[in-house]
Amino acid sequence: MGAHEGFLDSVRVAHELARRQKEISVAEFFERNKHILGFGNPTRALVTAVKEAVDNSLDACEDANLLPDIVVEIRKGENERECKVIVEDNGPGILNDQIPLVFGKLLYGSRFHTIKQSRGQQGIGISAVVLYAQLSTGKFTKVLSRIGENEPAHYYEIGIDVNRNEPEIARSEIVYWNKEHGTRIEVDIVGDYRRGRKFVYEYLQGTSIVNPHARITFIEPNGEKHIFDRVSNTMPKSTLEIRKPHPHGIELGTLIKMARQTKAKKLSTFLKTEFTSMGERTSRAVCEIANLDENINPKELKREDFIRILDAFKKTKIMAPPTNCLSPIGETLIKRSLKHETKEISPEFIVATTGPPSVYSGHPFQVEVGIVYGGNLDKDSPAKILRFANKVPLLYQQGDCVSTIAISSIDWRRYGLEQKGGRGIPVGPAIFFIHVASTNVPFTSESKEAIADIPEIKHEIELALKECARKMQRHLTKKERKKKTREKFILITKILPEIARKAASMLNKPVPPLDEVITKIMDVVWIEDSIEYEKIEGDKERYITKSRILVANYRQKPQRFNLYAVIPEDAIIGFVEPKPEKITDRYIKWNLPTIEPISKLELNFELAGLNKGDFENDLYVEGINPDHVIGADKWEGGD
Amino acid sequence: MQVIEKLNAIAKKIYDDLTRNEIPCLSIPTRAKSNIRFDSKFSVWKYGSSKSLRSAKTLDGAYMLLRTMYVADFIKKMIEMRKSSTLREMYYISEGWGLAKFNSQQESDSLAEDLEIMTGCLREEFRLRPEEDGARVIGNIVIEEVTRSGEKRKIHCQDDVGDAGYSIPYNVEKEKIRFREIDADFVLAIETGGMFDRLVENGFDKSHRAILVHLKGQPARSTRRFIKRLNEEEKLPVFVFTDCDPWSYRIYASVAYGAIKTAHISEYLATPAAQFLGVTPSDIVNYDLPTDTLTKEDIKALKSELTDPRFGSKFWKDEIKLQLKLNKKSEQQALAKYGLDYVTEVYLPEKLMQFGMLRK
Repeated sequence: MGAHEGFLDSVRVAHELARRQKEISVAEFFERNKHILGFGNPTRALVTAVKEAVDNSLDACEDANLLPDIVVEIRKGENERECKVIVEDNGPGILNDQIPLVFGKLLYGSRFHTIKQSRGQQGIGISAVVLYAQLSTGKFTKVLSRIGENEPAHYYEIGIDVNRNEPEIARSEIVYWNKEHGTRIEVDIVGDYRRGRKFVYEYLQGTSIVNPHARITFIEPNGEKHIFDRVSNTMPKSTLEIRKPHPHGIELGTLIKMARQTKAKKLSTFLKTEFTSMGERTSRAVCEIANLDENINPKELKREDFIRILDAFKKTKIMAPPTNCLSPIGETLIKRSLKHETKEISPEFIVATTGPPSVYSGHPFQVEVGIVYGGNLDKDSPAKILRFANKVPLLYQQGDCVSTIAISSIDWRRYGLEQKGGRGIPVGPAIFFIHVASTNVPFTSESKEAIADIPEIKHEIELALKECARKMQRHLTKKERKKKTREKFILITKILPEIARKAASMLNKPVPPLDEVITKIMDVVWIEDSIEYEKIEGDKERYITKSRILVANYRQKPQRFNLYAVIPEDAIIGFVEPKPEKITDRYIKWNLPTIEPISKLELNFELAGLNKGDFENDLYVEGINPDHVIGADKWEGGD
Repeated sequence: MQVIEKLNAIAKKIYDDLTRNEIPCLSIPTRAKSNIRFDSKFSVWKYGSSKSLRSAKTLDGAYMLLRTMYVADFIKKMIEMRKSSTLREMYYISEGWGLAKFNSQQESDSLAEDLEIMTGCLREEFRLRPEEDGARVIGNIVIEEVTRSGEKRKIHCQDDVGDAGYSIPYNVEKEKIRFREIDADFVLAIETGGMFDRLVENGFDKSHRAILVHLKGQPARSTRRFIKRLNEEEKLPVFVFTDCDPWSYRIYASVAYGAIKTAHISEYLATPAAQFLGVTPSDIVNYDLPTDTLTKEDIKALKSELTDPRFGSKFWKDEIKLQLKLNKKSEQQALAKYGLDYVTEVYLPEKLMQFGMLRK
């Protein structure tokens, strides 16, 4: 069994359970699969309880298009082994008659039947937590939910009838709740807070990073409160469901089954209608390569024919599956989130990249990578790795994960980190962020803590990592060069005039002009930039980004060249001065006038559509030896 | 007046560089062991021809130039106002110099030395004093010192002083002190206070017609200058009596040959005729002295001395190699092994006899 079939396993487990529920009790099933379900020990159980509840809340808010505001509170339990987990959200609430089913019936309302990137793949669901609470402490779960202003709030105490897998309601009443809509659950479980705290914190922080639109408040048993605030007020793009598989990576058995069940009468129609990304032409091409009549009835195909079709799939260029079923977080938001969550470290550099959607075994996936560098991060410890699958943090089994494997396979020494022998997790002041989004994340095992080492996924992670690393490297070189030049800048603007003044005063002579000496010392064109964010009047959330660029010629000859300012995709260019030669959606280009030695030129432009702190100037020059320029690189983008 | 002109010349060099649109710079001899050469005219070790350039092309260089100018200007004003200051005072005064301020006294001390080298003037002419006081003197000599009130006072360095002796002032030039009457045969310069006091208590200055000078470790410039004047003006032989370790040899070298740090004024401070009396590594063997084992640092220092041109003579090479072989070091006061009078009655007379100072 391939490791990536974890998802199918869940489906199998579910159906298995449904079929056999009359034969064995869910309690027995739970006991047997405790490890897989994430309740193997009191530490894991605590983390799983928090995780299931928070994932539920996030999904509910997303479905209802609400910005999530989730409070997670952990309290001391009745005795030392127990603790109380309370999770409250501002989601849409749950219909009264659905409440017992959602919480009191295992595998109710699962997302197993759709092909879509979702959190639900992760665990077995909130009802498992209810069951665990019941089995470990004997206590029922308290649920409070309300669906709207004009509706009452319903309160339940729910357990599970373990023999029938049906909800058992100990108490149900209508209560007053000053929340317009939302759900609150309170479970008493056997859990180890002392050991689990670190994981709960990391899980919530990680969740906050990959859900920039969510606000999560964490209240510890001692009353300490941590707020992981939202950095975006935009809901993530909603994902579409696709039900059809992609021809690449389909397995023989599945293909045969599909052909038996199809309503299509002709092979080409079968290929066109039952698969995604298949059109008239590709379907015919497949038939041709497979050397099969396109009009043949799929039900008449033999085993060898199916093998030929599979082979033809591989040989045919087929469009990637639609990726609108994926919901990447995006470069800007990842950077913003990482920046927000690493505030205390005050990192000097954050870079992120979203790779192109890609496919493994017919499953679309997309990789996102970020690197946080410098600041107060420890220089002598291995870099930290934050791993995510479909916007859920992965906390365990780091060593087995494709993310770790990809990181370890890159030689980081050339990018300014230490690494023994150029392999393994590098040492240095860095945090790696890796998010794999897919309709089917291939986990190494049922516990879903590590992503399997699939070549396509590893390859995409490596590419994205290398791109981030290059940016980081460029930043570091730039910084080093800038520091040296900044020293010279102090020299020419402060020390040298003072030397001249002192010499002149000792000799009672006039202070000599320094321009030529300055150009001799500096011998560069210095480009400096500053960014300001101005609030748009009457709008709390939006800012105008104002960029100011200063070009100073500290060379002995007049200089004339072109300057490019690269603009982020989501920005809208406003005011620009002086008049640019060209504006595209990607950059602003100026043909600068001749700048005399010791002269300066100021350029300004304004951008809309960005948040405070989003923008960093990315400047390029053309028509001048870039070695003579500090603050901009060589333009290689063409026109 | 001449000093002020020399200070102005530094300012002028920088000013002229600027008016010629050149990056201003100053060059001074490299102050390192690799750049000291024997000056046969004065028989001392001085800086060689290797130069270091201080240029405003780098930030560090520019700071050096700026500080040099500030120190030069400060000295100029002191001379004009007939004031003087200690090196430490100058360091604190630099607090008010804005960008030119020093980060440590070591930097300002070192810059004062640089200025001496660049101008060929002496620190005393700059009216800068060190913190360290000069050492103590006991012997049959009358010194005439001009006191701060301007009166000339004669001091007999046995009858007019206590057991601590006469204290050498920071300025020992002729305008400050003169040697009036001397009835002694030689100068004995002693490293440690303990041994100085032992010789005083035993009356060695009287019994052996010696002028005892306490070096107080690495001797101050004024102490070295004082010894040099006694040697050159009064023709008194000079013997240096120290512990037996590499650091003590350096004390001897700075008295006899000049220190690397002050090689620019070696001919003014060094006494080439001064001889090393002991304690030598051979003495450890000959007198069977109590010893300690050499430390890692000691060995490193001894090896470094083997490549130091000042220790290039056969005598030093043999003694240092012997010591490395013995892997031992000893102290002056180890001689007490044979009793408190041993040093004055046996050791010193025997050693002095080897140098022909005493007859049997």
